[in-house]
Amino acid sequence: MWTGNRVQNQVCELEVEIKNADGLHMRPAMQFVDTASRFQAQITISKAETNVDGKSIMQMSMLAATYGTRLKIKAEGPDAAAAAAALQELVEVKKFGEPTPEEKSKQIS
Amino acid sequence: MEIKKGIAVSPGISIGKCFVIDAEDYRIPRRLIEPSQRLTETQRVRNAFKEAIEDLIRLQAEPKEIEGQKIKDIFAVHLSYLRDRTLRKNITDKINAELVTAEFAVSSTLRDIASHFAKVKDVYISERAADIYDIEHRLVGHLVGAKRQDIAALKEEAVIVARELSPTQTASFNKEYVKGIATGAGGRTSHTAIVARSLGIPAVVALEDITESVNAGDTVIIDGNRGIVIVNPDDNTITQYLEYAVEYSELEHRLDTIREKPAETRDGARVTLLGNIEFPDEAQGVLQKGGEGIGLYRTEFLYLNRNTEPTEQEHYEAYSKTVSVFKSRPVVLRTVDLGADKYTQSRRYMREPNPFLGLRSIRYCLQNLTMFKTQLHAIMRASVLGDLKIMFPLITNLQELMQAKMILGDVMEDLDEEGVPYNRKIKVGIMVETPAAALTASMLARDAEFFSIGTNDLTQYTLAVDRGNELVSTLYSSVDPAVLRLIRTVIQDAHKAQVDVSICGEMASEPESVMLLLGLGIRTLSIAAPMIPEVKQIIRSVTIEECNKIARKVLGMNSERQISSYLRDSARKILPEAF
Repeated sequence: MWTGNRVQNQVCELEVEIKNADGLHMRPAMQFVDTASRFQAQITISKAETNVDGKSIMQMSMLAATYGTRLKIKAEGPDAAAAAAALQELVEVKKFGEPTPEEKSKQIS
Repeated sequence: MEIKKGIAVSPGISIGKCFVIDAEDYRIPRRLIEPSQRLTETQRVRNAFKEAIEDLIRLQAEPKEIEGQKIKDIFAVHLSYLRDRTLRKNITDKINAELVTAEFAVSSTLRDIASHFAKVKDVYISERAADIYDIEHRLVGHLVGAKRQDIAALKEEAVIVARELSPTQTASFNKEYVKGIATGAGGRTSHTAIVARSLGIPAVVALEDITESVNAGDTVIIDGNRGIVIVNPDDNTITQYLEYAVEYSELEHRLDTIREKPAETRDGARVTLLGNIEFPDEAQGVLQKGGEGIGLYRTEFLYLNRNTEPTEQEHYEAYSKTVSVFKSRPVVLRTVDLGADKYTQSRRYMREPNPFLGLRSIRYCLQNLTMFKTQLHAIMRASVLGDLKIMFPLITNLQELMQAKMILGDVMEDLDEEGVPYNRKIKVGIMVETPAAALTASMLARDAEFFSIGTNDLTQYTLAVDRGNELVSTLYSSVDPAVLRLIRTVIQDAHKAQVDVSICGEMASEPESVMLLLGLGIRTLSIAAPMIPEVKQIIRSVTIEECNKIARKVLGMNSERQISSYLRDSARKILPEAF
């Protein structure tokens, strides 16, 4: 059996915070899953005691992570570091292409 | 053993294993399967996912002008849910562990997720429960849809238990194997009822939560005479019902012996009894039961049990087959009555907010001239084979009738050019089934050669009651004073204008109403074939004088309840054996 992936296993863990005002609702959850699915690494996301599969939209959206929620990202696999970095960028830098609470209140006023 | 009471809509007794169909718009009951069915059920889930994914890919590709991006985002979310392996695994695990149907596993898994969302305090997230319900609805829709198609491929005798059946579903029934029908929704005039009667299979409707009381394969007794359905009957009950079924079929045979006798009252008034049909192969059945022709051929059924539009030749073959059974006797062909609750394959997804008040029937034909002309062309070609008549449905004003006749004129010109023979003097009439048509019958009579009063729609439109909605169906009554006044107007105006008038609604086959209709002046009734012997028996037992007296009395009454109980009493007095 081909076990190439496991030979060069890396583990990468980091923590992120939800910065966009509307939190991890459906569309951001989908973006998250799409990004995670681009990597071979197995992605586990934890919110407090709950651990879910970062490649499952069902599990990710059920986390119901609202603004300010801290999530732990754990990537395991050959491209673990790249995966964790990409997810961190999506959550904290790109903010899913959505406004933060301050930006949102400016838009309204 | 569980006994359920509903409305008997098609007579007869049947005992059989049940085939259950859930409905995507109602809560799916927890229903168990045999361990051996695990594989089939999990495969059904996979197929439903596959089809739902295909739907969404198709929907995504369609150009959307308004809020296009937003809608596409929603579809993308739904797609990614459907592609989520853990979701699918949760569902198949549930089937394997709990031995439940695919419908229940899908529905309950997704509903659990939805309620999880609904509990989240953040409004933006909690509203997403709606997306999950949408996904559930789509998946269950495919499961149920596939199940409905399975009825067509039924290999052993079964009784169908469903929330409700659409005309499209009943049209595709394999008549050889479907032995009875029980539905939660519906009323005497629902399409399930009409189709069951014309196929001569027992049916009971309005059984409310019947689908929650049965599991696939349960033994079910359908008593279409008393409106009773018994789930998992004990041995005594089965024996009792087997005897009852034998007695009933003997009674039926006795009635059949009056087939050759005329439908004539004791004082010599001759009544014409015609049959209502949906398919050409029912024509023979009408003849066997003693029908003298066809008073209502519902041609739209040609569209309902297939995926493509019928060609002109297919129309022609259906009509010529029907006419050939009756030769010189009349066959009234109603032009397609689609829309409302009957859709063609291509229109099935174009829902209207108020379909019964929407683009249906003649309105639909007048907006789809190619389709309409195709049918008229075929009818006219078949018109030389016998006594065909054309009837336009749902006429509400003179313009519609004139327009429809003008199009018929165009078709005749085309046939002249093609050198195809047809009956130039073909009779053209209308269904009087809207209050508008009933109130203007005297005007319409100048351009229509006959009237056929469609009491089902006339009642529904006059009383503003959806005949299929069990919440209000008790208000639906064709002997309501309002409906009776309209019927009387139509009959009087028709007589004044010397235009033939007949009745083709379910009312014509209700024993209590037959005498009233005769008393109002009706001499032609068009009914489902299995009802012909019974109605003839009634006609042969009464005198016109008695009927006139009943009509006079009834027109003086001011409540539906009073009228229906009076009609029941007088029917019992005159022909006790029918009750």
